[in-house]
Amino acid sequence: MPRKGILVNKPYERLTKEQVELIHQASMQILTDPGLISFNRGAVDIFHGHGAAVKSITGDHQSWQVKIPEQLVVTALDTAPETVKLGARNPDNTLIMHGDESRVYLITGSETNIWLDVNFLTYVNKADSTKEIKVPEFKPRRGTVDDLCQSAHVCEHLEMVDGYIRTVNIQDRDITEGNKDVNKFFASLNNNTKHFMSGLTSLKQLDNVVRMAELIAGGKKALEDNPIISFITCLVKSPLQFVEDTTDTFIEVCRRGLPIVVSSSPQAGTTAPIKEAGIMAQINAEVLAGITLGQLVKPGTPVLYGTVPVRARMDTLGDSYGSVETSQYNIDCVQMARFYRIPNYSTSGVCDSKIPGQQSSIERLFSDIVVTMSGPQFLHCAFGLLDCNSIFCLLQAVLDDAHFKMIEFFLGQPKIDQQELGAMLKQIQEVVATPQKLYISHIRPVLRSGEISGVYPFEGSGEADDVFELSYERMKELLARPVEHIDRETTTRIFEEIPGLLPRLNIYESRS
Amino acid sequence: MSKDIVAIIKENVIQGRKTKDDVGVDDGLAGTPGVVELVQQAVDSSISPQVIITGGLTAGMQVVGEKFSTKEYFIPDMLASAEAVGAAMDILKPIMESSNVEVKGKFAIATVKGDIHDIGKNIVVILLKGAGYEVHDLGIDVPTEKVIEFVKAEKPGYLGLSALLTTTMTEMGVVIKALEENKVRSSVKVLIGGAAVSDEFAQEIGADAYCIDAFAAVKVLDSYEQTN
Repeated sequence: MPRKGILVNKPYERLTKEQVELIHQASMQILTDPGLISFNRGAVDIFHGHGAAVKSITGDHQSWQVKIPEQLVVTALDTAPETVKLGARNPDNTLIMHGDESRVYLITGSETNIWLDVNFLTYVNKADSTKEIKVPEFKPRRGTVDDLCQSAHVCEHLEMVDGYIRTVNIQDRDITEGNKDVNKFFASLNNNTKHFMSGLTSLKQLDNVVRMAELIAGGKKALEDNPIISFITCLVKSPLQFVEDTTDTFIEVCRRGLPIVVSSSPQAGTTAPIKEAGIMAQINAEVLAGITLGQLVKPGTPVLYGTVPVRARMDTLGDSYGSVETSQYNIDCVQMARFYRIPNYSTSGVCDSKIPGQQSSIERLFSDIVVTMSGPQFLHCAFGLLDCNSIFCLLQAVLDDAHFKMIEFFLGQPKIDQQELGAMLKQIQEVVATPQKLYISHIRPVLRSGEISGVYPFEGSGEADDVFELSYERMKELLARPVEHIDRETTTRIFEEIPGLLPRLNIYESRS
Repeated sequence: MSKDIVAIIKENVIQGRKTKDDVGVDDGLAGTPGVVELVQQAVDSSISPQVIITGGLTAGMQVVGEKFSTKEYFIPDMLASAEAVGAAMDILKPIMESSNVEVKGKFAIATVKGDIHDIGKNIVVILLKGAGYEVHDLGIDVPTEKVIEFVKAEKPGYLGLSALLTTTMTEMGVVIKALEENKVRSSVKVLIGGAAVSDEFAQEIGADAYCIDAFAAVKVLDSYEQTN
């Protein structure tokens, strides 16, 4: 049984059918004029081999202008699967995404450099020393592989998290470009039985991480049937450029037939037009170019239509994920993916705030609610992320889980039918005839059935705001719960076959 | 036998099952006798009301209170149990009165003139009945004269006044003044409650107690009973 996710019955849409069609047509025009500039020779050869016009551009870096004819895109959209399965170590955590079904799966990530530690300080009232409050102190530091293990561990137990994208960049002294991938894959997979998605630091490590996944899944065929890992590549740099190295990674992953996200992340105002129509036409063209390349490499490659649009801040020209327009772009992208019937990778919950608090809650909840309502299949909803994508705080991830539980409840289907209304009419007639005229006794049959939403789980007693303290307790409780690690025999084989793994990650060796 | 049925009464109070039709908290109880049927069986078996109350009703409510304080139970659970106990007391009271067993005091409650809000009042009624008090609900939008009339005729030891609105809460002071004018103020303790009122307001108008919620009303009355 796959995970149930959140089924959005009537997805919220901003665009009319005509507007969707206009964006599609504009994107098609962009793909032929100006087309894309490719810094990757392999992609140029593939497109050229399928009839795209290619022109060499001289400059510091060799590049080519690639004009992608509409027919290539149309054919690619035909071969791209409408249904994508993302497997998991625990088969109960499998994700099945249909391009025409608005079932939302909530995923963590993405990678941040900073890990935010939380410590509580006690402040005493100067005027009355009997009065004291505990205030959280947040301390940033570089992320480590131990942090990644902790994050994967807690996310395993967060009820609303359907899949795991690593949340922290591992920057230990013994981590190098050559061993980073194998260690981040192993640390995540060993502490989390949900689907794992990642980018690659080095293409040289692709076969090692795929082999690791085969060993865990039970062999090459088993991995094909149950793809416990998938990849994300930002092969397109906005505006409209195939990047040399990530396009190589994209092509190689497609050749291996594993699921992959084609991701584009333009910033309205700098790397895309500031106007909605402009960024939408461009991001759609960029993603379609990636999908087309993937299908030309291997028709039927499971791809996600990945979009991470953002608006520029006017004070710094940095990313403003907390801006309202960012949510608008994301919702538009969900609608475009649905138009093509390809599962969508969307983004919400990324905030501008640097620490957990009121700003972070407002910014992330706003986009979490509206983007979830639009019904993307794969919602990278930034559990625990702060300061755009640069800080991760486990405490915030615990808070986000509670917020998504409320969103899930809110999006539940209304239970209104003849039988239910008949029962309610009977109840109303009965209660109105009683002297007290209260329906309270009828609450009990539904009190524990899940039909009534719970109180906010971090509600303090009295007037105290204990949200941070209570969520911190919850975080510690989740960390204390065991996780199902990869078994000893498989771990031994992984450490024998895969070079570069840190010995301290082998829990069986470090325990004995 | 008596021990068994009293223990089952206690369990059904905890489950909040007034009659056999109630489902309770745990599965599989629907259709089995609830508190009302069980208490009647116990009475028919000549088990004394004191044993039923102490070992079944009060002991059950104590567990319910504990479960409520640990947040395992919610107010609907508490009220269901209190309703079950209230219904049991309706069966036991005539027997206790005929055998001169002392019962808890008489409590009258009204939503004051001009105010029709009664959720809080009704919850107070259920809980106090469940706590063993004889409760008289005078209703909503009750004229002061009707309250005075009742106090004079029925001589309740306690009078509860409820108001939700800032525009009607002043009526509480009017009732207290009327009690004084009719020389019955000293015979009755006046408790006030409702969203608009406060401890400070209670003192201002000369009430005996302010109850923040229905549970506070039970506590206040129990403390008066102990003093008496």
